[in-house]
Amino acid sequence: MTREIAVVAFAQTDHRRTSEELSEVEMLMPVLHEVLDRTGLKTSDIGFTCSGSSDYLAGRAFSFTLALDGVGAWPPISESHVEMDGAWALYEAWTKLLTGDADTALVYSYGKSSPGSVRDVLTRQLDPYYLAPLWPDSVALAALQAQALIDEGYTDEPALAAVAARSRADAQTNSHAQLRGSVPHGDYVVRPLRTGDCPPIGDGAAAVILAAGERARELCERPAWIRGIDHRIEAHSLGVRELTDSPSTRLAAEKAGAFERPVDTAELHAPFTSQEVVLRKALRLDDGVRVNPSGGALAANPIMAAGLIRIGEAAARIHRGESDRALAHATSGPCLQQNLVAVLEGEPRHDQ
Amino acid sequence: MTSEPVAVVGIGQTRHVAARRDVSMAGMVREAAQRALVDAELTWADIDAVVIGKAPDFFEGVMMPELYLADALGAVGKPMLRVHTAGSVGGSTALVATNLVRSRVHVTVLTLAYEKQSESNAMWGLSLPIPFQQPLLAGAGGFFAPHVRAYMRRSGAPDTVGSLVAYKDRRNALLNPYAHLHEHDITLEKVQASPMLWDPIRYSETCPSSDGAVAMILTDRAGAARSPRRPAWLHGGAMRSEPTLFAGKDAVSPQAGRDCAADVYRQAGIADPRRDIDAVEMYVPFSWYEPMWLENLGFAAEGEGWKLTEAGVTELDGDLPVNMSGGVLSTNPIGASGMIRFAEAALQVRGLAGEHQVDGARRVLGHAYGGGSQFFSMWLVGSEPPTS
Repeated sequence: MTREIAVVAFAQTDHRRTSEELSEVEMLMPVLHEVLDRTGLKTSDIGFTCSGSSDYLAGRAFSFTLALDGVGAWPPISESHVEMDGAWALYEAWTKLLTGDADTALVYSYGKSSPGSVRDVLTRQLDPYYLAPLWPDSVALAALQAQALIDEGYTDEPALAAVAARSRADAQTNSHAQLRGSVPHGDYVVRPLRTGDCPPIGDGAAAVILAAGERARELCERPAWIRGIDHRIEAHSLGVRELTDSPSTRLAAEKAGAFERPVDTAELHAPFTSQEVVLRKALRLDDGVRVNPSGGALAANPIMAAGLIRIGEAAARIHRGESDRALAHATSGPCLQQNLVAVLEGEPRHDQ
Repeated sequence: MTSEPVAVVGIGQTRHVAARRDVSMAGMVREAAQRALVDAELTWADIDAVVIGKAPDFFEGVMMPELYLADALGAVGKPMLRVHTAGSVGGSTALVATNLVRSRVHVTVLTLAYEKQSESNAMWGLSLPIPFQQPLLAGAGGFFAPHVRAYMRRSGAPDTVGSLVAYKDRRNALLNPYAHLHEHDITLEKVQASPMLWDPIRYSETCPSSDGAVAMILTDRAGAARSPRRPAWLHGGAMRSEPTLFAGKDAVSPQAGRDCAADVYRQAGIADPRRDIDAVEMYVPFSWYEPMWLENLGFAAEGEGWKLTEAGVTELDGDLPVNMSGGVLSTNPIGASGMIRFAEAALQVRGLAGEHQVDGARRVLGHAYGGGSQFFSMWLVGSEPPTS
């Protein structure tokens, strides 16, 4: 039989526009301490550690090696790293726990966008022969997608503005968020996207602890059980994709069992307002589902961590008893090229 | 609950060279993947997931290149993971892929690692100055040379041992059509007369800079039963990491390497590696790392590794052949180098290593390391399925 695995703890930084006074290790370390403190575990108690980060944000090769200083990897630890958002590090850790090799896993990710121009940096992600030489930036590509949605009647600019307003209003109760409350929708950055349709640029880190079976129950009063998790990638070239849909999200959700029963909450990694429209459609979320109560990526979008934060936020709501079945989503690549969906559940509460 | 046994049923690699100007990155990785599929007699449709690994993105100037490579690797509509654990990444990538099968999440997985180093200059790509951090100096050689010197002082090994390793590995490479360096006129004297780069490491004792890719198809027990050729079976696999620099670190024989090997041996039921393991593909980017790793991996007592090398034990026809393929000293597409070790170990137990086949190789260790001797990944593969 399959092992049951749960998110038992989550911690994140206060995400900020810049953290130039901190190294990545200094930014990460308090989060690692906090997530361990929540469970009472020490580094040496953890069976497997897995992280996600990007050398291109750090501006140097092998940048993740120094993060190990923050973990305190001595005596040596069983450890791995993906050059992906931390949500995929969590996926790797989930498979590791499924094998039975380990009962607990520490997953973390971090990114500092402040040292460079992240719009330009992300162009280095594109096809190096045909696309990257043109430097189409991340906002421009998202704007193409947004315009396609408007052209096909899936949304309009006022509806996008409403997504932005709802996200930042919800973020008012999220002390970690970077953009909170009433934020002006602003001028066009790239038509039809205005400042308010775009995520804030910032630095941040997040960490999660996973545990299997009884160990999860020992470490957390109400574990957020991972009922399913799956991820899928689409073609890279925007020219061969249907940008108003996200078949990879839908397929991942199917494989994760998201459509078996309705969820009450969804934390979607939609850095642009228009991408929430695409994801809602792909995931068949109706108005009864609470979408991004944390404020989502429109309130804080530390690249490489923002996807893991969605899983952490969804799990934390289950921990607090505010959700019974939540969907968490993470994305990577231009215009939602790669997507991960996790379905988390809490056990029935005694007061019900 | 026991995990699903894992078999290697397909292996493919490119002919590694200094510069593959004839193909794009996508073309190069697809070439290796296609060869692995042909070996396994499978098609792209048989692949459930793709796990890709490579070393720093700066080497080619593409951030998270797996996004762009999804099409070339038939990954569209499938899960795709990208691993990066420094020089050990090729090994780690294979191990992440094994866990997808071991956990029964997927049945058949394509795993692949590559580097196209001709796109940039790897040595300087590794040497970006970072404020308030110890510089790596001029590439990896500058970092590792003092550790080699420390080993020589500690073990009392004669100065010639490094050249013996290089001479052996470069001759082994002559038997491997996929190896980058084919130095048909190599002599021991030429190795010993080559220029000193990072004292005590000479030019001929260092790895080349290569373009290349390697791919493997991993599958479960039922998949192995359908395999047209003999599979290699996973008997043990592990990763260990320790920080780059800290007081008390043993840079010559890191604890993480010892722990990693011990974990693999425990899983595989290896009591005495020198007796129970038939051959080793280990990550030797600078010649002296052969005796150093022989000790770290438990094939020789501390300070005794160089004696195995000197006595010819690690030659292709020796008692414990090491780097039959020619090793990293003959082929080094950095991100792929670890997986090439793993794949060569699997080729040996499948009996498909061609001219560099070790007769009767039943259990072979594949080894990779990276960073400042801090990341280790290893697997032990066998010709027979695991008993437990």
